[in-house]
Amino acid sequence: MKEDEARAAVQAAIGKVAPDVDLAEVDEDSRLRQDLELDSLDFLRLVETIDTATGVDIPERDYPDVATVKGLIGYLAAHG
Amino acid sequence: MADFLMPSLGADMEHGKIVEWLVKPGDYVRRGDLVAVVDTDKTVMDVESFQEGVVAELLVDPGATVPIGTPLARITPTPAETGTGTGTGAPVPPPAPVPSSAAGAPPARAAAAPTAAVQTAAVQTAPGDAPPIAPPLRHLAHRLGVDPARIHGTGKGGAITRADVEHAVAARPSAGRVRSSPRARRLAAELGVELASVSGTGPEGAVTVADVQLAAGSRTPAAVPVAGGPGEGVPEAGTAGTAPPPEGQATEAPQAGKTAEARERVASLRRAVGALMSRSKKTIPHYYLSTTLDLRAAVEWMQSVNAQRPVASRLVPSALLLKAAALAAKDVQEVNGFYDDGGFRPSASVHLGVAVALRQGGIVAPAIHDADTLAVDVLMEQLRDLVSRARAGRLQRAEMADPTITVTNLGDLGVESVFGVIYPPQVAMLGLGRVMEQPWAQNGMLGIRPAVIATLSADHRVSDGLRGGRYLTRIDELLQKPEEL
Repeated sequence: MKEDEARAAVQAAIGKVAPDVDLAEVDEDSRLRQDLELDSLDFLRLVETIDTATGVDIPERDYPDVATVKGLIGYLAAHG
Repeated sequence: MADFLMPSLGADMEHGKIVEWLVKPGDYVRRGDLVAVVDTDKTVMDVESFQEGVVAELLVDPGATVPIGTPLARITPTPAETGTGTGTGAPVPPPAPVPSSAAGAPPARAAAAPTAAVQTAAVQTAPGDAPPIAPPLRHLAHRLGVDPARIHGTGKGGAITRADVEHAVAARPSAGRVRSSPRARRLAAELGVELASVSGTGPEGAVTVADVQLAAGSRTPAAVPVAGGPGEGVPEAGTAGTAPPPEGQATEAPQAGKTAEARERVASLRRAVGALMSRSKKTIPHYYLSTTLDLRAAVEWMQSVNAQRPVASRLVPSALLLKAAALAAKDVQEVNGFYDDGGFRPSASVHLGVAVALRQGGIVAPAIHDADTLAVDVLMEQLRDLVSRARAGRLQRAEMADPTITVTNLGDLGVESVFGVIYPPQVAMLGLGRVMEQPWAQNGMLGIRPAVIATLSADHRVSDGLRGGRYLTRIDELLQKPEEL
């Protein structure tokens, strides 16, 4: 998957799980949990949403790699 | 003649606002049927009937705020209470609010899939008269996003049966489901905008608040709300001489009013939380305990289970912690129950309240019923469902009214430990911090383990540190054998 596509998929997924987050203001270094205030259930839904939309299943052992917006985009670009 | 009263939906509730009636005069309702949507200071909830009979009269209009105990509707008991309902030709399943898989009955909820539809449908206004349909089925249809007026009834006298509803859902083109945010749906209902007619600009075409406002603005002002939705063309049939339900929106100045309303909602939620917590701190002699739970076994077990599962059925540590908390509460009854005028009343069931932070601010703590008896997977499913409904404002009365002990899992977002304030009339609050790796000394060896700090705030009128400590220790013991939870 190209990085642009990965970025679009991540933004769409965040928009769905946390509609109140202003995507324009999201810095790619933002941490999903602490900065965007996704709790563990929100995070699980995010992973699920991405899996549905892109077919990329992020196993739990890789969660540390996708803790930030940038990390998540990079992960999708590499695995999608 | 029995009155249906504004129920108390939590210890701190003084009044409630009727948002929507789910029944109309002439409807036959059973105990447990959802009859109204009520807004409290804290959240919006579906409220069920406590009586069985025919709705004779609705006494309170949508939009009205009344104190608890106010008669809301008059329900006439019927002589033969079973099988005689208007058009209840179908096997309307016994009590419980809308049982069966898809819709909201707390104990037996099925998979997450229907949730979106559930939320979409519930806010829409009731359609005009159509083939006879029992209120629970109409509500089910609503929740699943199908218009009862368009369902072909195959029951006695053309009545709609559960199977008919299910067929209609299955036959519905998938495009018929409207994606939207809960706020957009609410606004749409308030402004009388038919959600399906709004073109969405949000993610995957979801309807946003702005879309609804645009749609509302472009309507000719004189136009009456697109009442009744897609079914309005259907001539009135069946259900003898009943007026359509009041269209519940004496339009509060739309546009500008909206943000003010949102602000007011947060403010009133803050006030409600403040009042209740003051009362708790003034009247309950709290004591506090803390211990660190060793999660190595639980986390290892969870990871091995999750590795073999699709993401939709993965567990989070909270599910294991909540199950252990519920089982332990069953064992240590001094933390599970209510303290009121009569003193302490332990509860035989464990209805585990779960504090849910609302994204716009504030907190609600609805219950997972009989949490001690649920398999971890089921509990996980209910947790996800409860949190999403809490945030969408679609909780049910019972969930708000009767938790026997509450867990606050605030630590998920960062802190190590949280010391909760007991939610009266409960007698204990369990606080769970963040799961983190810690140096762990055991048998003269130092290792690293995932651990979580659990705290207990408990009522000294009911228990002492020894029993409270037993509760926390019991949770730890249970977590050492996660496969048995």
